[in-house]
Amino acid sequence: MRLVVDLNRCQGYAQCAFLAPEVFTMHGEESLVYAPWADDEHREKVARAVAACPVQAITADGLDDLDDTPERPAQPGRGA
Amino acid sequence: MPAEEFHEWLRREGRIVVVGASLAGLRAAETLRARGFAGSLTMIGDEPYPPYDRPPLSKAVLLGQAAPDRTDLPRRRAIDATWRLGVAATGLDLAGKRVRLADGEEVPYDRLLIATGVRARPWPKEEEAQLDGVFVLRTRDDAVRLHRRLKAAPRRVFVIGAGFTGSEIASACRQQGIAVTVAERADAPLVGALGGVVGAVAADLHRDNGVDLRTGVTVTGLEGDSVGRVRAAHLSDGSVVETDVVVVALGAVRNTDWLAGSGLGAGPRGVACDAGCRAFDFRGIVTDDVFVAGDVARSPHPLFGYQFLSLEHWGNAVAQAEVAAHNMISASSDRRPHMWVPAFWSSQFGVNIKSIGVPSMGTEIMITQGSLAERRFVGVYGHQGRVIAAVSFDNTRWLEFYQRLIESGSPFPVEFPTVDRRPEGRRPVPADFPDPSLPTHGPTVTLSGYSPADRRLVFTPSRPSPAPSAPHRPTDPRNPS
Amino acid sequence: MTDASLLRRITDFSSRADPYPLYEELRRTPVLHEEEGGPYAVSSYYDIVALLHDPRISSDARNLAVPGEDELSGAEGTGLPPSFIRLDPPEHDRLRRIANSSFGPPHRPHRIDGLRGELGAIVGELIDDLADGLAGGGEGDVVDQFAYPFPVTVICRLLGVPREAEPRFRTWVDPIVAALDPETRNDPGAPAQRAAQEARMQLGMYLAGLVEERTREPRDDMLSDLVAGHGPDGSMSMMEVLSTAVLLLIAGHETTVNLITNGTLTLLRHPEHLRRLREDPGLSVRIVEELLRYEPPVQLVPSRTCVTDIEVRGVTIPKGSRIWLMLAAGNRDPERFKDPDRFDPDRQDIEHLGFGSGVHICFGAPLARLEAQIALTELARRLDGPRLLQDPPPYRQSPVLRGPRHLNIGVDGVHPRPAH
Repeated sequence: MRLVVDLNRCQGYAQCAFLAPEVFTMHGEESLVYAPWADDEHREKVARAVAACPVQAITADGLDDLDDTPERPAQPGRGA
Repeated sequence: MPAEEFHEWLRREGRIVVVGASLAGLRAAETLRARGFAGSLTMIGDEPYPPYDRPPLSKAVLLGQAAPDRTDLPRRRAIDATWRLGVAATGLDLAGKRVRLADGEEVPYDRLLIATGVRARPWPKEEEAQLDGVFVLRTRDDAVRLHRRLKAAPRRVFVIGAGFTGSEIASACRQQGIAVTVAERADAPLVGALGGVVGAVAADLHRDNGVDLRTGVTVTGLEGDSVGRVRAAHLSDGSVVETDVVVVALGAVRNTDWLAGSGLGAGPRGVACDAGCRAFDFRGIVTDDVFVAGDVARSPHPLFGYQFLSLEHWGNAVAQAEVAAHNMISASSDRRPHMWVPAFWSSQFGVNIKSIGVPSMGTEIMITQGSLAERRFVGVYGHQGRVIAAVSFDNTRWLEFYQRLIESGSPFPVEFPTVDRRPEGRRPVPADFPDPSLPTHGPTVTLSGYSPADRRLVFTPSRPSPAPSAPHRPTDPRNPS
Repeated sequence: MTDASLLRRITDFSSRADPYPLYEELRRTPVLHEEEGGPYAVSSYYDIVALLHDPRISSDARNLAVPGEDELSGAEGTGLPPSFIRLDPPEHDRLRRIANSSFGPPHRPHRIDGLRGELGAIVGELIDDLADGLAGGGEGDVVDQFAYPFPVTVICRLLGVPREAEPRFRTWVDPIVAALDPETRNDPGAPAQRAAQEARMQLGMYLAGLVEERTREPRDDMLSDLVAGHGPDGSMSMMEVLSTAVLLLIAGHETTVNLITNGTLTLLRHPEHLRRLREDPGLSVRIVEELLRYEPPVQLVPSRTCVTDIEVRGVTIPKGSRIWLMLAAGNRDPERFKDPDRFDPDRQDIEHLGFGSGVHICFGAPLARLEAQIALTELARRLDGPRLLQDPPPYRQSPVLRGPRHLNIGVDGVHPRPAH
């Protein structure tokens, strides 16, 4: 499956690297390096990572259905 | 027909052509479909691949954590498009509303989106650039070639240019134990993007990680052996570095050549458009059927004095594509401005570097959190008494606060206390950017052109590459090089 | 009752079962300051997020204009220094990095992921035990028999604390958690605060014995790693190790027990989602995220202040004021979430505040997520016809760590553990 992380949104919380260490790795404290292609055997783990991302920065084939998502506020300042 | 009716017709059965099948083009196409565009959609790309992501090419791919041909972008939705991949667009007939392709075909449109992005600036001496072992890194094919060569255990990699890409390449090499020399014209890496104060930290990062960093030098020539393989680089200080791989990381060139003579306001600095992503023609009149998004676009930004910004930023490509797509199929009263605050990241030597705003506009910098020496800090840039940008090294979680300061035009220097304020952060120091009229490697934001309030319109012939960033000087749209 | 201030009504025990109407009332005044010396309660989503990322906000009690005694970290006199949740950068960052180097990436990327099998086994055994009590129409308490012992067992194993010691440290943990009640925290002389300080010291002394053992004879557990300090930041002092260990031991189960119990309760109140979970274990991922929004185990963060006067929605919060970040209220803010009072695991747009955000984001979040996902999945799979025997159930005292004290259920039967 294809995946991409919006590294502007990413704040290095590393939830993905905890939950799917085969796909997401931390280099240093907050810099995320990920494999943009994950084998199907890791699909379940990637799903956990996508859901757990505190800033919802991960998009993966079939896991992040954005169609019904409202317009996101500009990042990273989510506030008014 | 009335505007309302026209847009209804457009959404139902109009023809939209997207030139540029990368990040901006794909996200625009998805947004068009998500907003109910039911007409025909044609995606034109000069590379033979479906849209793929580029940032991993200088990170996970070079580190061997991902295959170079496996960075395809995931799809947010099906876009039901006609794909014309591997065929470059070669011309535009504005009046006839047609895009000419390299294979001679012409594709008619009712709405056009230009998202042709940039390409790597090649080594200017063509003969040397042809040597075996000399690479650039921008496309998938570039990454495949460079990756293959790095896997073959080169004795030394020589990187020309210590901008973000050059630094990331050096970092990936060091992480795999490959000897690296980096040559940079400025006094430190990242100077063009972040200034000398932060550049000094980047220089320490390079050296502590075993990079042979040469600053204040230019590369005067690349030398090949008898069979055409690169074997050494010659520097302006007279030194010679033996190497078997050279990576040219001298920034990017905007892909506007195909628009030459089209009548659009396109040139080496990009395609000028308004805040709603509508392209300007060469007379400075906005078109209503040609839109621009991504790295190739340059548009005025209200937060930065309405200067035209060209942003080689991943997030800008996505945001601008979404705005452009929305506006393409909306009547003027429903259109939106693209007001994305520039944001950028880079990952090198295990450090997460992020910036927000336009650091290169800053004249002073203040370290409001953390410390330069520890390489964990937030630096705030000031411009004419306002906060204009911020940069973080391993401190990204605070950046959204600084974005609000930028958006609200908060005063600079930052007078209020913050947690983790050190003595060094009590007062601002000069940010130490090089003279903007001198070329630098890889600033990621280029200020170019004039503000609408500026009445001058001076004919300025475009310069040979490398094109410098030249604030307050309009590009001549009739003379794209 | 209606005369009492809104914040007092929220913290009052009688509101525990359903504080959400009060939070709705609270959001009408996004920055509520009811009395001189009282806290400023911030309840709208965007304001909370902004303050969690605002470097003018401090977690360090020493920045309070009127410092109170402190609960999870303790202040002077207890012998234990503040733990990292009550510190600001750079001390916070340093201690948290060292703690993390024994817990997660980049140093230990597989520690939590590698626990999955073990977590499943622990849950399986606990449900077996629960089944014994439920057999033949009996009752079972999801809290005492499942949601509490599960995370306790896990955190003991991770840290390297003997599971058998639980009854012993329970007697110290209870007063520490009780002292979290914002009603008592402003009064350093209150008996609850004194008891908490005493308990914290006792717990620290107990852990000191274990730390000493691990120093001599390291094992594969976090205590051993904390003492050894392999990361680039070196090691913690002995006192820092102890206050970190106290924090991890308590935070490692006192919050998760609520997440699992709130989750069980919510699913029993929404049987259609319980049924879906039974058929599709993958749904547990979304269910847990929605739970963290809908019924967060930590309802508010009562321990922030500001190092300068700040302005939030036109209200000036003076330097040194107490600031309460009302996470559970922000999670139901209609400005942010569509139909916020509806439990909807299919919600795509779910950037909840259940674990906080910013540099102090919950340290154990990935572990809590896995624990709750596995616990709820297995309950759904194995309990046949589960039903609540008391709704609402009795709640624990704390308005901060909010959750049922007991959750009594009956079942038609319990399916045997699937053989692997």
